[in-house]
Amino acid sequence: MSSFPMLTLLTFLPIIGMVIVMMLPKEKRSLIKITTLVATGLQVVLAGFMWAGFNYSQAGINNPATFQFVERIPWITFDSGSWLGMIKIDYFLGVDGLSAPMVLLTALISFIAAISSWNIERSVKGYFALFLLLDTGMMGTFLALDFFLFYVFWEIMLLPMYFLIGIWGGPRKEYAAIKFFIYTLFGSVFILLVMIGLYLSVNEVTGEGATFHTFNILSMMNPSNYTQDGILSPFNPDNLRFIAFIGLFVGFAIKIPMFPFHTWLPDAHVEAPTPISVILAGVLLKLGAYGIIRFNYSIFPEITRELVWWIALFGMINIIYGAFCAMAQKDFKKLIAYSSVSHMGYVLLGMASLNEVGLGGAVLQMFNHGTITAMLFLLVGVVYDRTHTRGLNDFGGLANNLPVYTGFAIVAFFAAIGLPGLSGFISESFVFLGAFKVESIRLLTIISAAGIVLGAGYMLWTMQRVYLGKLNEKWTDLKDLDFREYTMLVPLAVIVFLLGIFPSIMLDLMNTSINELVNQVTKTDFHSIMSGMK
Amino acid sequence: MNSEFLSTIAIIALFAPLAGFVSTLLLKKWTKNAHYAEMFFIGVNVVAAGTLLVMTAGDLHTLHIISSFNWIQFPGITFELGFQFDSLSIILLFGVALISFLVHTFSLQYMHGDKRYSRYFAYLGIFTFSMNGIVITNNLLMMYIFWELVGLSSYLLIGFWFEKTSASDAAKKAFIANRFGDFGMLAGILLVFVTFGTFSFDGIKEGLLSGILPFNSGFWLSVMGVLLFCGAIGKSAQFPLHVWLPDAMEGPTPVSALIHAATMVAAGVYMVIKIYFLLSADALLVIAIIGALSALIPATIAFTQYDIKKVLAYSTLSQLGLMVMAIGLGAFGNAFFHLMTHAFFKAGLFLAAGSVIYGMHHEQDIRHMGGLKKYMPKTFLAFAIYTLAISGVPLTSGFMSKDAILNATMIYGSLTGNWIFAVVGFGVTFLTAFYMFRLLFRVFIKGNITGVEHHISHGHKVHESPNVMVVPLLVLAALSLFPFFSFNPLSGENGWLMKGMNFASSAVPDGLRYTFMALAGTSVTGYTESYFEASHHYHYIAMALSLLCALGGFGLAYTVYFKEKVNTETYKAKFRPVYTFLYNKWYFDELYEVIIVKFTLLTSRVLFWFDATVVDGLVNLTAFLTRKVSDLGGLFDKYVVDGFVNFTAMFTGLIGLFMRKLQTGKIQTYVAFIVVSIVLLFFFYARQ
Repeated sequence: MSSFPMLTLLTFLPIIGMVIVMMLPKEKRSLIKITTLVATGLQVVLAGFMWAGFNYSQAGINNPATFQFVERIPWITFDSGSWLGMIKIDYFLGVDGLSAPMVLLTALISFIAAISSWNIERSVKGYFALFLLLDTGMMGTFLALDFFLFYVFWEIMLLPMYFLIGIWGGPRKEYAAIKFFIYTLFGSVFILLVMIGLYLSVNEVTGEGATFHTFNILSMMNPSNYTQDGILSPFNPDNLRFIAFIGLFVGFAIKIPMFPFHTWLPDAHVEAPTPISVILAGVLLKLGAYGIIRFNYSIFPEITRELVWWIALFGMINIIYGAFCAMAQKDFKKLIAYSSVSHMGYVLLGMASLNEVGLGGAVLQMFNHGTITAMLFLLVGVVYDRTHTRGLNDFGGLANNLPVYTGFAIVAFFAAIGLPGLSGFISESFVFLGAFKVESIRLLTIISAAGIVLGAGYMLWTMQRVYLGKLNEKWTDLKDLDFREYTMLVPLAVIVFLLGIFPSIMLDLMNTSINELVNQVTKTDFHSIMSGMK
Repeated sequence: MNSEFLSTIAIIALFAPLAGFVSTLLLKKWTKNAHYAEMFFIGVNVVAAGTLLVMTAGDLHTLHIISSFNWIQFPGITFELGFQFDSLSIILLFGVALISFLVHTFSLQYMHGDKRYSRYFAYLGIFTFSMNGIVITNNLLMMYIFWELVGLSSYLLIGFWFEKTSASDAAKKAFIANRFGDFGMLAGILLVFVTFGTFSFDGIKEGLLSGILPFNSGFWLSVMGVLLFCGAIGKSAQFPLHVWLPDAMEGPTPVSALIHAATMVAAGVYMVIKIYFLLSADALLVIAIIGALSALIPATIAFTQYDIKKVLAYSTLSQLGLMVMAIGLGAFGNAFFHLMTHAFFKAGLFLAAGSVIYGMHHEQDIRHMGGLKKYMPKTFLAFAIYTLAISGVPLTSGFMSKDAILNATMIYGSLTGNWIFAVVGFGVTFLTAFYMFRLLFRVFIKGNITGVEHHISHGHKVHESPNVMVVPLLVLAALSLFPFFSFNPLSGENGWLMKGMNFASSAVPDGLRYTFMALAGTSVTGYTESYFEASHHYHYIAMALSLLCALGGFGLAYTVYFKEKVNTETYKAKFRPVYTFLYNKWYFDELYEVIIVKFTLLTSRVLFWFDATVVDGLVNLTAFLTRKVSDLGGLFDKYVVDGFVNFTAMFTGLIGLFMRKLQTGKIQTYVAFIVVSIVLLFFFYARQ
């Protein structure tokens, strides 16, 4: 492994940007914006380098040796004596085929959100400082391989998001911000508890032969590392692994957001400024699904296997229920928010399949939903900037005087509907193919497939209300896209096409890891160890 | 045959219109003539498809070449894209290219002056590309991909004049109705993949022949077939999803000709023909019933309509129904034959209607037309030939193909004892001749002649269309005559198309398929001997009956609309309820409006109410309760916890108050305390 601290740079580059922003006088608005743009831009470049240097044949998942760009430095070490023994928290970063697509997505979406933030006028300095902090939090969460470190990044993300919605948001921003904050924090409590439980139940042995508890996620995935009597140890006949799984799952499910924990999302989206909505839908929601795959699936495989039907059920509810709720909306942004609920349901459904095709589809869907929904929110932002309304019935006929804008809208809408040739189709199909293969969730899969009809229904209806028909006279002098708007929409549209036609670009990156993940979750035998005890 | 060479040409044919689409869209910013890029590429498409046909013409009946490549790789699973060259794909590829080219040419004039002129041609390009993909593919996954793309192009073209609410409504309706069908098709494809582990037609066939059945059950094989057929119900506008097609007439008329008459709607029929080897007898029966209903219902609607395009739309529905019914009766080849002949004369009918609409300055109501023969003789000539063809009059292509289907219904009847499909077939033939000649007479010969003259006297010119429009009409009229399909005008079966057809046979196990169908590998023809015996036996009977029905339809139309011996109004009044029912298209739209649209919207509102009130309400309630509990906590803190603290302080103070009394400051008192204490201590210790 090279000694170049690639992942640290990826993670903390925005912090460097933040420090520069903080040092700039607050009148230097453009300089602040340019600093942010450069920081996120460099992050994209770095992510590109990471991709270029990524070895497709190394799986990662549960094996520290096959993670890439690993950086591991002891961070906090102290001997608590006889009470807990050695406490050891590592600064442990690494990337595999599961996190690599998310890293690329985070870098890309942050960069595009930075462009989209260009017309932020109020407290520019504070906004961009928080924005960059948020970026670091997201990137770190995807890269951390130490649970404690993960948790730190996870919480770091919360704070800037709270202020970004609460200060720069719409009319009900305080309500939305607090709801978002408390809800996520509520979930974090479970994550924290499970983290401590796992810590107390898992041992790691140093080179010198000393045993100590560890926050190392990868160690938690191997049954042989567990203590005899740890509260979450499979060797302990009275273990609480099932409850821990549920707690952790709920903690992450809130972020996805999974029914019935989703109601913070529409409020947060409606109130958040456009770039923050883009980040929220583009990256933050993926953290929930990523957490479940990285933690629940790999650390609690035996419980995962028992609960797939329930995961599929909630996936189906998200798809169908989200679609129906979307159909009832009169606010453009709220509609897209509910469509996110529906589309994240596909991720859950694919995850429930526990096979390569379904899980591959789920992770690809995470990436694709990130790009497609980011595009949709940007498109809403474009008209909102011009008209200061988002009411679906306030528009009509925009195709007449905004043909280019409408062109992009057609791409994004049809990608969301799952039109072949665009990226959404590939991931949705793989989710269906993978899930349908599993007998126990076959019926749920078929019901979920009705989502393709409902999706077409509400998307085309929206399309018609906003873009088709006679031009609403109020909007006769609207201008089509400007250069800045092109720079945010074109890259996303290109990716949507590219991954629709050559999905292998992304699939090859993940395949080895997904394969190993399937092994880990379907084969790792926590149960037999337990029954061996009895 | 060199498969690499074939593939290269196929790739050119497939992608040429896409290149046209992209280049036209890119160029239209700089030049008004961007559409010539599309014209060029559609030309390339025709030439390439023609080359394929010529190269393979010699051995069409045995041709079966696959050329595929890996698209997506998962560990253990590979998804392929590929071509399948056989008689069906090569013939239809050329047919689509040719009709598309003619429609392009026609549109040059028809669409002239439209503000989105080049965009229109670009859309035609992406449609043709999508259609080519469906035709040439070797597997269901790729077919589904292009299937959806066809849906998109149809959406764009129906809604081309999107300023009109009716047009954008129709576009949306078409796409969503198709999605219903696709839902079933997707389920079918999933079932195929789970069962056979492949999407390719050959792979599925191999699996079936080796004894694999979905869930090891013949029932599920039938379900699989019907689910896949659902896709065709959507795309080929079969009952009960037929409602989108008449509305699709909101699109420009040449689009109706290309997409909603000749090609896209044929895709469903084509798909079912492609997968016929996996269709069990039960599945085929379902298909036959759906086909029969789809043939009959629209035929009863067609003669009550006044919009020239609507009449043609219902006739398209009816003809597609006939094709589907023929498939259901096991007559795949005949269905394909009718698909090809119908594509030409129906495209022609729509273009001719377009020519009339153009000549009448965007008038579509036949009540305002009459005697147009005088003003538009060439259009009339073409229209008349098409009418003869669709009505099944000898010497036309339609006569041969329709006769083949009717013959199949009789064979089926004689072999199974079920004659209902034959009755439907002949009934539809009668109705078709009636409503088509009604149209011909009302528009071109009799009809509202005075109205048209009045119109002209007011300075509105009614004129024949320019050559760029008329030539495609005449080409299509020529292609509606028998020599292009068979040199024997009485027998399509001996023509090159039917002879060249690759009759591969059913792969459905014994007992699950029709008894008269042969298992693959046991017969070159795909049928048992009994089928051919019946075929010979009924050939001329079917022909005679079909002629009789066509003649009957013609005669009725002649009496009513040419001789005008019958006052239609009195009959309308007499059968008012029936007429109203038919005129309103059996109230399907109204029914769907209630059970689908209203129901869905209601569900969505109820669920959203639930979401906002119950789900979110619980969240807010939790927050509220937490705050109340914290208020209580605050009170507890203030009065109990803090009270205890204060109490302790007060108590300490009180003790201090008492204790300080002891602090006298006098040495004598302290000595006295000490002495007393020591005495007491001694006392306690002594007791122990």
